[in-house]
Amino acid sequence: MQDVAVETYNDKVVRQFTIATIVWGVVGMAVGLFIAAQLAWPALNFDIPWLTYSRLRPLHTNAVIFAFGGCGLFATSYYVVQRTCQVRLFCDKAAAFTFWGWQLVIVLAAITLPLGLTQSKEYAELIWPIDILIAAVWITYAVVFFGTIVKRRVKHIYVANWFFGAYILTVAVLHIVNNLALPVSWTESYPIYSGAVDAMVQWWYGHNAVGFFLTAGFLGIMYYYVPKQAERPIYSYRLSVVHFWALISVYMWAGPHHLHYTALPDWAQSLGMVFSLILLAPSWGGMINGIMTLSGAWQKLRDDPILKFLIVSLSFYGMSTFEGPMMSIKTVNSLSHYTDWTIGHVHAGALGWVAFITIGAVYNMLPRLFGAERMYSIKAIDLHFWIATIGIVLYIAAMWIAGVMQGLMWRATNPDGTLTYTFIESLRETYPYYVTRVVGGLMFLAGMLIMVWNAWKTIAGAREIPQVRVPMPAPAHG
Amino acid sequence: MSTSWTIYVVVLTLVTIAALLWLLLSNARARPEQSKAGNTTGHVWDEDLVELNNPLPRWWLWLFILTVMFALGYLVLYPGLGNFAGTLGWTSDKAADAELAETNARLESLYAGFRDRPLEQLAHDPAAVKVGRNVFANNCAACHGSDARGAKGYPNLVDEDSLYGADGDTMLASVLQGRHGVMPPLGATLPGNGMDEVANYVLALSGQAHDATLAAAGKPKFEGICAACHGADGKGNRALGAPNLTDDVWLYGGDLATIRETIEKGRGGVMPAWEPIIGTDRARLAVAWLLSQRAPAASGTGDAR
Repeated sequence: MQDVAVETYNDKVVRQFTIATIVWGVVGMAVGLFIAAQLAWPALNFDIPWLTYSRLRPLHTNAVIFAFGGCGLFATSYYVVQRTCQVRLFCDKAAAFTFWGWQLVIVLAAITLPLGLTQSKEYAELIWPIDILIAAVWITYAVVFFGTIVKRRVKHIYVANWFFGAYILTVAVLHIVNNLALPVSWTESYPIYSGAVDAMVQWWYGHNAVGFFLTAGFLGIMYYYVPKQAERPIYSYRLSVVHFWALISVYMWAGPHHLHYTALPDWAQSLGMVFSLILLAPSWGGMINGIMTLSGAWQKLRDDPILKFLIVSLSFYGMSTFEGPMMSIKTVNSLSHYTDWTIGHVHAGALGWVAFITIGAVYNMLPRLFGAERMYSIKAIDLHFWIATIGIVLYIAAMWIAGVMQGLMWRATNPDGTLTYTFIESLRETYPYYVTRVVGGLMFLAGMLIMVWNAWKTIAGAREIPQVRVPMPAPAHG
Repeated sequence: MSTSWTIYVVVLTLVTIAALLWLLLSNARARPEQSKAGNTTGHVWDEDLVELNNPLPRWWLWLFILTVMFALGYLVLYPGLGNFAGTLGWTSDKAADAELAETNARLESLYAGFRDRPLEQLAHDPAAVKVGRNVFANNCAACHGSDARGAKGYPNLVDEDSLYGADGDTMLASVLQGRHGVMPPLGATLPGNGMDEVANYVLALSGQAHDATLAAAGKPKFEGICAACHGADGKGNRALGAPNLTDDVWLYGGDLATIRETIEKGRGGVMPAWEPIIGTDRARLAVAWLLSQRAPAASGTGDAR
């Protein structure tokens, strides 16, 4: 066994994933900006098949969720699990495989999706050979993470690790079950499910991708970086116990709300709806625990832009987890479904919650990882915060207005029973909001470019890469 | 759903909800020592991470219980627990049928007022024409355009030319039963220069610039093959929907290349049968609107295309 006195944290893989997070964030959001511009100005596909909206849209979603979000989760979970277990990451080689394997997945996605190779399942578009690679990387990830938990030096498992652990386990199950398919060639396969069952499996996967990848995983980030950055204790241990178990048990049921008013049987739609409503309180539990952690230290919000990112992300989390249950109510859903309201809802969560908490965590750990005192420019972080916040507000406000307007126009009828508006009329009315969204997206991307510059200067100006020694746990723990 | 699946669904649902309530209530009681500020759980991670153990916020607790109570109430009233239909007997099928029946009953009086009146008369009734325009915009405009002036492959419905007949009854028959216009591919029957010759003859028929030598060679071939449907004079046959080739109205295009393509590869035009979708009442009003659109054009400029 390694000599405890010289054991260091494996921060190499964390550094790699942190840089990848920033790079893929810029790439994924740039693709998002491009397809947002295509919706306003369709000629931007230049009649080139590889650049059509239908192929680039899954590239955008895969890039921001699995490349940006995924690398952010790898980086933070590896960083957090080592420090809260006070032990080096289990198996350096396996950890390195997760990094290079995950990058290979991303590159393959960036090649196959523009080529039009897809299995046509939303957020699970990648073809079966890539799915197998994902499964291999993910199982290795689980081995590294839980291996580290097993050899921990601190008896109690920190709350962030519950959420990271739940997300890793569940995403493995979701990914494997939803992608069960019979290959017929290297690029094509047929799912083993059919009809409404296939749809239900897909949205069981799809909503839990939101629930576990984009929520539980990022709550893990929240539970480490918010108290660390605020230098305050977590507000309530028992609240974290209750909302953790409630969240992970209830999310599993919410998928059918994506299939309201479809061929899915009524009973399944009802269960999806009521459990989506029950999900409100468990979701807010995380928000309360994060925001109340600041109680007694509110003045820090004024001076610390990193804390602003973290706390505003929790506000957006609270807002979108209120909006979600409301949209799952069937009568509301009959208005909102298929409109841009859904797009606005998703981006309130994706930009406001997922991206903001990730950005805050990266700003927190980047100087520590590269041996700098702090980020090169705190003012630039503040500028990033404000430009990104205004960008999000423009984006989601535009999509709310557009979505409600579309829903109302589509359902409007004349006294003779005919529809008042044609589809093209609703599209024409949406145009100014599509342009507004482009502006919002441009601002958010501009913020990311500021982050790239700031990270570059921080790393360039840093001393030598630190080897952080694992501290010995306090003797009286437990 | 089989009984065993119903039991599975009911048990899983109720056990989950019961477990949630147990989780909530067993953690709800705030013990006095936990309410004290600065009272941590005693665990420390990464040198300075500690946790307070504040009680669950009351408003949050009640919000949670409220949503659970709503869920239980909903599952009593509506289908959700497996085969249990819910006390309201609601199903999405029944709800949709009821809404449709209610709407149709409401609209019956409106449409009944137009039902027994001739199309020509309806075409001059502003109320009928207004409904007809809406029906057309909802169902027909996707192909024929919101102004009914058509597009390539989709006929202009308000000009003087008509494939099957311009009177209201014939148009109504087209709407209700649909049409299938077929021009067979004739490339194989016109070897050598045959297609160019016939195409130039067709240009000549419609008075366009053409190669006179080729057209002269094409004339007998037209009369031997094409005249079967389009007539020896090329004026078409409305019984078959064969277009008049002597005017300046073209469904697919009247230039040499397009005519040649039409001859070589043939054309297939499909107008779906709309009776099962919109019914006779609405179809008649749509036709009345078309007739009303045509009336002023008859004395006007005509279609320049």
